[in-house]
Amino acid sequence: MSPHGNPEVPASSATEINREAPKASPVVEPADIKSSPVVGPGETRVSTSSNTPGNAWGLWEVFVRSSRGLSHVHAGSLHAPDAAMALRNARDLYTRRNEGVSIWVVPADAIAASDPDSKGSFFESPQGKDYRHATYYTKSEGVKHL
Amino acid sequence: MAAQNLQSVPAELSRGESQEQSQEAAQREADGQANFDRVMAEDSRIEPRDWMPDAYRKTLLRQISQHAHSEIIGMQPEANWISRAPSLKRKAILMAKVQDEAGHGLYLYSAAETLGQNRDKMTADLIAGKARYSSIFNYPALTWADMGAIGWLVDGAAICNQVPLCRASYGPYGRAMVRICKEESFHQRQGFEILLELSHGTPEQKQMAQDAVNRWYAPALMMFGPPDDDSPNSRQSMAWNIKRFSNDELRSRFVGMMVEQVRVLGLTLPDSEIRFNEETRKWEHGPLDWNEFKEVLAGRGPCNAQRLERRREAHDDGAWVREAAAAYAAKRQAKQSMTTKEYAA
Repeated sequence: MSPHGNPEVPASSATEINREAPKASPVVEPADIKSSPVVGPGETRVSTSSNTPGNAWGLWEVFVRSSRGLSHVHAGSLHAPDAAMALRNARDLYTRRNEGVSIWVVPADAIAASDPDSKGSFFESPQGKDYRHATYYTKSEGVKHL
Repeated sequence: MAAQNLQSVPAELSRGESQEQSQEAAQREADGQANFDRVMAEDSRIEPRDWMPDAYRKTLLRQISQHAHSEIIGMQPEANWISRAPSLKRKAILMAKVQDEAGHGLYLYSAAETLGQNRDKMTADLIAGKARYSSIFNYPALTWADMGAIGWLVDGAAICNQVPLCRASYGPYGRAMVRICKEESFHQRQGFEILLELSHGTPEQKQMAQDAVNRWYAPALMMFGPPDDDSPNSRQSMAWNIKRFSNDELRSRFVGMMVEQVRVLGLTLPDSEIRFNEETRKWEHGPLDWNEFKEVLAGRGPCNAQRLERRREAHDDGAWVREAAAAYAAKRQAKQSMTTKEYAA
């Protein structure tokens, strides 16, 4: 027994691996990952509303403004029962080191996202429209202040 | 007009349609695979809603959830010392570190969720003893010097492992790792400082520091996983750009760093076979007891049962908090919808 009643000290020899430890220890199996994923609207694929069976609290996406003058940027997600708790959890989880001056929390299932499979057609329009960029115009090269 | 036609679709036609649908699905899968292969070849990133092979998803889920569980269980050996820390400063530092570990667990659980895994299911698996976590946390933290050795060696090994994971091909995992690595370096430095103070203290304190290093050295080296010729999943993980360096490569790098740092501490590593191989340009170390590694991983380490029991207790003890928060949220929502009705009326 250690002087502080340290529960880390096992009852048997402290410094050795206890190979005789009870075999009632947990059965280790690879995590069951067969459950089919549900495609959600945002980044997270799990259906996210708070009443989803198996998930006690709803999922919130967290956006943090790192300093005045900058946009809020997606920092990650967390679970919370309501917006007030989501904000408090977001503060504890994503701004432990002054990473933010403002936080937004958004229910994950309130986010509508573009379909990654259709990116070809969805983002087609700017293709071949180089003339929208200043670099397209080369004749003015060497001309000052242009 | 098309809609009208659809209402009376003959049986043959609807069969034809489903065939068309399965063809479409096959086409989607082929396109998805092509996109996935291109992303791998370009060393770009896969994002949650992209198509990905099932095996890739499973591998990531296994790795990320095990990693998350390790952070959560990893709070225990240190939390035990919060009330036993030798000063208020050390207590505050330890609390901040344990809070970080909780945060790291949550970042990783979030990343795992983007792959379709349910958060509460992951917690349930851990508590039921069905999920794995790093074997290192099944060793006891016997003395205050262990807080130093854990920070220096265990967090040091973790950083060595995790820095390359910042470039993992799965976007959410890489982003979580960037955040974690930023916070982890404070963990290693505070551990080093604890050992440095002890090794420059009384002979008893120095002995305590040496004893802790002696006990944590081999388990920390084993954190990198089995040797390359006994690590069947490594090759595939490297082909998928999840893993960037092999277990032995990372272990060798880590040994090289520790050899330098232990001199500053004025302590020694409990390994007489450490040497720099001039031919391979790699650091080599003495043999490790891989049988012990497998035993601990299989649940027969010194603290496995204790760690899971504590995790279960903590989950049960927190039940009333979760229930109260949910009840409060429901009450607030009911009140709000009543007010909205009043406004409407």
